[in-house]
Amino acid sequence: MKTTLFIIQKEFIQIFRNKTMLPLIFLVPIFQMFILVYTATQEMKHINMYVVDKDLSQTSRQLISNFEGSPFYYLTGFSFSINEAEEQMKNDEADVILHIPSGFEQKLKRDKKSDIQLLINAINGMKAGLVNAYSMNIISQFNQNIIGDLVVIGGNTQKRLDIRSHYWFNPELDFKIYMLPGILVLLVTIMGMFLSAISMVREKELGTIEQINVTPIGKVQFLTGKLLPFWIIALAELAFGLTLGTIFFHIPIEGSLLLLFGFSSVFLIVVIGIGLFFSTITNTQQQIMFLFFFFNIVFILMSGLFTPVESMPSWAQKVNYINPLAYFMRVIRMILLKGSGLQDVLKEIYALSVYAVIILSLAAWRYRKTT
Amino acid sequence: MNDKQLVISAKGLTKKFGDFVANDHLDFDVFQGEIFGFLGANGAGKTTAIKILCGLSIPTSGDINVAGYDVYTETEQIKSNIGYMSQRFSLYPDLTVSENIRFYGGIYGLGWKEIKQKRKKLIEKLGLVEERNGLISDIPLGWKQKLAFSIAIMHEPKIVFLDEPTGGVDPVTRRMFWDMIYEVSESGTTVFVTTHYMDEAEYCNRVCIMDEGKIVALDTPEELKRNYHAQNMNEVFIKIAR
Repeated sequence: MKTTLFIIQKEFIQIFRNKTMLPLIFLVPIFQMFILVYTATQEMKHINMYVVDKDLSQTSRQLISNFEGSPFYYLTGFSFSINEAEEQMKNDEADVILHIPSGFEQKLKRDKKSDIQLLINAINGMKAGLVNAYSMNIISQFNQNIIGDLVVIGGNTQKRLDIRSHYWFNPELDFKIYMLPGILVLLVTIMGMFLSAISMVREKELGTIEQINVTPIGKVQFLTGKLLPFWIIALAELAFGLTLGTIFFHIPIEGSLLLLFGFSSVFLIVVIGIGLFFSTITNTQQQIMFLFFFFNIVFILMSGLFTPVESMPSWAQKVNYINPLAYFMRVIRMILLKGSGLQDVLKEIYALSVYAVIILSLAAWRYRKTT
Repeated sequence: MNDKQLVISAKGLTKKFGDFVANDHLDFDVFQGEIFGFLGANGAGKTTAIKILCGLSIPTSGDINVAGYDVYTETEQIKSNIGYMSQRFSLYPDLTVSENIRFYGGIYGLGWKEIKQKRKKLIEKLGLVEERNGLISDIPLGWKQKLAFSIAIMHEPKIVFLDEPTGGVDPVTRRMFWDMIYEVSESGTTVFVTTHYMDEAEYCNRVCIMDEGKIVALDTPEELKRNYHAQNMNEVFIKIAR
């Protein structure tokens, strides 16, 4: 126990003496938050629309003005030629083409229905889906209005269903509130995993590890000494990030902070354990960076940070059993946004506890004082 | 010498890395308080042997005992009884002199109080009072090596292993370093040292000359010089190597 304290003391001295690391530890969260929270948004704010109106009727103009009235659409051009419009899309000038054929209004009045065509640039599938959804929304509103104007006159009054959606836990559908907890997960993961592993591999590069291995220090004591400092730093980082989030983004903290930090403590043991385990199978900082890069990209993209885990294929959801980020990503949103309690996250706590035991045992087993 | 207690005994020490035989059936005994020199060109297998004796590496075969413990099964007990300083630098460059002493004292299991006392004595003895709060990366190599040696014996081990401790150091500092070795040896600590400086071989009580993983000669420097009709150890070494 006493020897562990000496290691912790030494690690803290080394971290706080490092002129490049210390500012990074505090600047990275600020950058990550302000850059990622704003940019990793799935709201479409600026959809470029090109219009081909061959009808030039009152109704077609009304439809176009409905789009113009939306804050999300921006009309980039107008033409009678669909070829010209396609050219615009090929040049990436247009995200969507609204094509109104001639005789649109006439057909509508005559047949009570008519066609329009939407061509959506689907290079980015997610964006295309959003453009489609937004456009459909505008068109269906337009539909209801003209039903009022045309169909009612035709004497075919129908009581329409009035659907009103109410969004829970994030009533304004503020994407920032959804993203920020996820960014916090990213932050503490990177801090914990990288710092601990690099400090270990650095000992190998310097040769000091040999000097440690020739002392009677126990493996567990040594690994604990390498784990605790970064565990404390990562928890402090989480507190720092949460404070920034409350001040600048007004993220709600519905649940208990005690539960959040309790859960984070278990999560961080897993993450740092992974870092330490990786450091036992690598010899240079270069190798470990490459390993981390690979694993973290997979872990992060599969964690549900950007895309919901539920819409991933079932095999991917199974892979997420060994993705610690997926557990924390779910739980931090549950606690912060929904106010979930201990009962709601018990399953995740059990899972991560088992994970912690396994990964630490692996690290201790792979760490050899004698080769 | 023979009435003294045996502290290291190696019979048939062999270490293979695949097909390469780094140590080929080495036999030697080292007695308490002795300065035992391990000589040889680079790549002769000195470092491999020292790592086995320190419990850092398990030999392929052979019966080896260090400080009364078996190198296969009791490596951790061996580690409590030895000090080790290697050619590769083992102090933390981003810690100060004083912090390095405290850290190594701590992981060898010394108490706070003991560390404080020893640190004070050590810093005074090495004349590092002004540099005690300076970073290791800023002090000259010779001082670093004297400090590393002092740290390696801070917990008063029975045996201290020095793997090319004076590499790259000027002759004056090397001489001072050997004064420290004598002092330690007189207090009863066994010193096991590897070197490729032949003048240093003269300072040892007994030397063992290695070539291509085998022991080619083992005796006192005086006997070796007589047997090989040589003026100094350098000549002995050249004659043997030829």
